[in-house]
Amino acid sequence: MSRIVIDSEKCKACYLCIKECPKNLIRVSDKTNKLGDRIVEFNDPDGACLGCALCATRCPDLAIKEVYKG
Amino acid sequence: METQVFKVPDSFKKDFKYTFCPGCDHGVAIRLVGEVMDELGIRENTIAATSIGCSVTIYDFLDMDAIEAPHGRALAVATGVKRANPDKFVFTYSGDGDFASIGLAESLHAALRGEAISAICINNTTYGMTGGQLGPTTLLGQVTTTSPTGRNIDYYGYPIKIAEHIALCDGTAFSARVSLDTIANIRKAKQAIKKAFEVQLHGLGFGFVEILSTCPTNWHMSPEQAHERVRNEMMPVFVPGIYKDVTVENKSF
Repeated sequence: MSRIVIDSEKCKACYLCIKECPKNLIRVSDKTNKLGDRIVEFNDPDGACLGCALCATRCPDLAIKEVYKG
Repeated sequence: METQVFKVPDSFKKDFKYTFCPGCDHGVAIRLVGEVMDELGIRENTIAATSIGCSVTIYDFLDMDAIEAPHGRALAVATGVKRANPDKFVFTYSGDGDFASIGLAESLHAALRGEAISAICINNTTYGMTGGQLGPTTLLGQVTTTSPTGRNIDYYGYPIKIAEHIALCDGTAFSARVSLDTIANIRKAKQAIKKAFEVQLHGLGFGFVEILSTCPTNWHMSPEQAHERVRNEMMPVFVPGIYKDVTVENKSF
């Protein structure tokens, strides 16, 4: 199953990744990080992630630090 | 069985954290430089020269040797570094105001001398670090803090098209303009950066990439709107493309 790993302390809440995901698996979280930014979270209950890494390619802050394809 | 398809490039320092504003494309540009350094295996042999602006902070994130030059003089310092250490890989990373305004003489003459240096210029049509003043690449009609009614031709003249100017220099081996507004363009940008680095490694001359970037803070836009502005307003004026590539004629690699 493909998945991404988000570093919540690096996320600056620009939300560019949300529109890039072809399966709409990234959404704004209720949580905040130390800076008070409403971070994004990966929500993939059905295992739909393709492991395409489009979100990680777009992320300007390397907050999506790892993408696994499986 | 999982395979890792994306990771933070090895060229980055451990525990780095970007100090840029949210949505700033500097982060993508520096990541691409890191990825290219990984692929070419040149990190330990690299010396970067940076001058002033948001771009200068590249040495806080990439694990390489770097020297900081006075404002605009990155390529003058890089020339000295390269001539003293011809076996080292030397590149500069600067913004448009740095490269094309205060440092235009140094930049253009480094290209004219055909120095074996790679130069990256981030074009965001404004002076980002100092608060969004009018720069040499500011578009006609663009409102900045020092042109509150928009850039007009009578008073300020026209924006400079850097990649075309560098391509006209005989010492230039590679000159391209790329954008970071879409994933496809990010991939093209990486290819261009790699080519600009390779022409130096092959001793062909000056390699240059101009990267169209965003400044959401000083444009007063969301990161998403900023990319739309790059697409709709900047790219018709600053047309992306490869303006010079001697390797196509020479077929050297």
